[in-house]
Amino acid sequence: MTESTAAAVVLNNVSKRFGSKQVLHEVSFSVPRGEALCVLGRSGTGKSVTLRLMIGLIKPDAGDIFISGNHISCLEGKELSRARCKIGFLFQSAALFDSYTLYDNLALPLRRLTAKSNSEIEEIVDRGLKQVGLAGDKHKLPGALSGGMRKRAGLARALVLEPDVLLVDEPSSGLDRITASEIDDLLLEQKALHQTTMVIVTHDVHGARRVGDRFAVLDQGRLIALGKPEELEDHESETVRKLVTEN
Amino acid sequence: MKKILQFVGDVTLFGIRVIVNAFRRPIEFGEIWSQVEDMGVRSLPLVSSSGLALGVVMTLHTRSTLVAFGATALIPRVQCLSFFVEIGPLVAALLVAGRVGAGIGAVIANLRVTEQIDAIEVLSVDSFKFLVVPRVIACVLVLPLLVVFMDACGLVGGFLSENAVSHLSVQLFIERAFKGVELSNFVPPTLKTAVFGFIIGTVSSYYGYTMNEGTQGVGKAATKSVVTCSLLVILADVILVKVIFLLFPGSAI
Repeated sequence: MTESTAAAVVLNNVSKRFGSKQVLHEVSFSVPRGEALCVLGRSGTGKSVTLRLMIGLIKPDAGDIFISGNHISCLEGKELSRARCKIGFLFQSAALFDSYTLYDNLALPLRRLTAKSNSEIEEIVDRGLKQVGLAGDKHKLPGALSGGMRKRAGLARALVLEPDVLLVDEPSSGLDRITASEIDDLLLEQKALHQTTMVIVTHDVHGARRVGDRFAVLDQGRLIALGKPEELEDHESETVRKLVTEN
Repeated sequence: MKKILQFVGDVTLFGIRVIVNAFRRPIEFGEIWSQVEDMGVRSLPLVSSSGLALGVVMTLHTRSTLVAFGATALIPRVQCLSFFVEIGPLVAALLVAGRVGAGIGAVIANLRVTEQIDAIEVLSVDSFKFLVVPRVIACVLVLPLLVVFMDACGLVGGFLSENAVSHLSVQLFIERAFKGVELSNFVPPTLKTAVFGFIIGTVSSYYGYTMNEGTQGVGKAATKSVVTCSLLVILADVILVKVIFLLFPGSAI
């Protein structure tokens, strides 16, 4: 079995440039099934770009990306859509459809991509919202929710198709420590119950240490460290040590 | 010049993509209906009140001229033909370009800024087919209907104005208004607004969908949509009037 099929996520020498700025430079790592990898780094080092490349929202200039065995960087159109069905994505802003209720936000992919009946969809959506503690808010519009509730709703939507891989962009951004911790609890629960592979981009070392099995540290578009948090605490690079240490 | 050609090329390709996707399954009936409701029903007060006011103003203007020639009996017919042939279609299209075009540009641009378009793509839904195509189809369907309302309100306004001055009865106004008016004076000019609808829907969606300038771009997309749509509607009108004359020679007044 090749690395691209054994691991849930594989990046091979991925590079990306926007204009004159080299955002990612030959980044390679893989994430075994069921593992949570936290990507750390200073602002503007290409963390979110890495996630966008992994879901196929942008294409790499060079290198290959495999998610659940699909060569994402080469797929287009319907093939890419099919591959994305196995990937959940939680946006930093949650990116809920603001003209849809929470119920419709979660029901949309089920209506479009599955042959499930309305009652089945209702059952799945109710279960998803209950899992994130929003069972009583399904008829609310996103504008009526707090930041933490929106993030939880975004997570419920990302999980509604039961993805193999969950990509999370800044789960704690804009949230207080307690609310951020609740999101971390949900991610941990998802990992424990469904063995979902996760790639989490974050600045929150405390949350990353709770959820992540390994850390990947990016600096100026390059992967400068990859390993378990405790292994990286004594890393030769001061940037790595600062990023993986809580205080 | 290069920018203009680039824009024309991009919008043309965007329009072709709309047409191709409009016939591809799944057809977004729910979204189309929702947009028809939003554009049609919510534009109705603006279009109706404008038609009514224009009807009154037109009668006041034509009356003063026609009185000099002793031809006040022609006022209803002039009113009717003017609205059916040009005023109704063009003014309704410009009003919709302002209200709906700006709305489409701003809404889609906002969806882009807030990553909602990315979210739609990530959920394996074709964002172009889901957001753009229903809006363009709705514009194509709604505009001819709004023109009918505009025409009707224009005639009502004309009648009220004329009635206030000459106490002309409704029956006589209608009889004089429709005397000599043929279907070719009404149907082709009304249906040409489907083309205006396509232009408004496509151009404003183009500005919103391709916007990449952050929150500032939302306002820009709305403004550019209104300006470009209005200009293109007027240019298209010039061409379509000529085409209508060629296809329906009897429609020339």
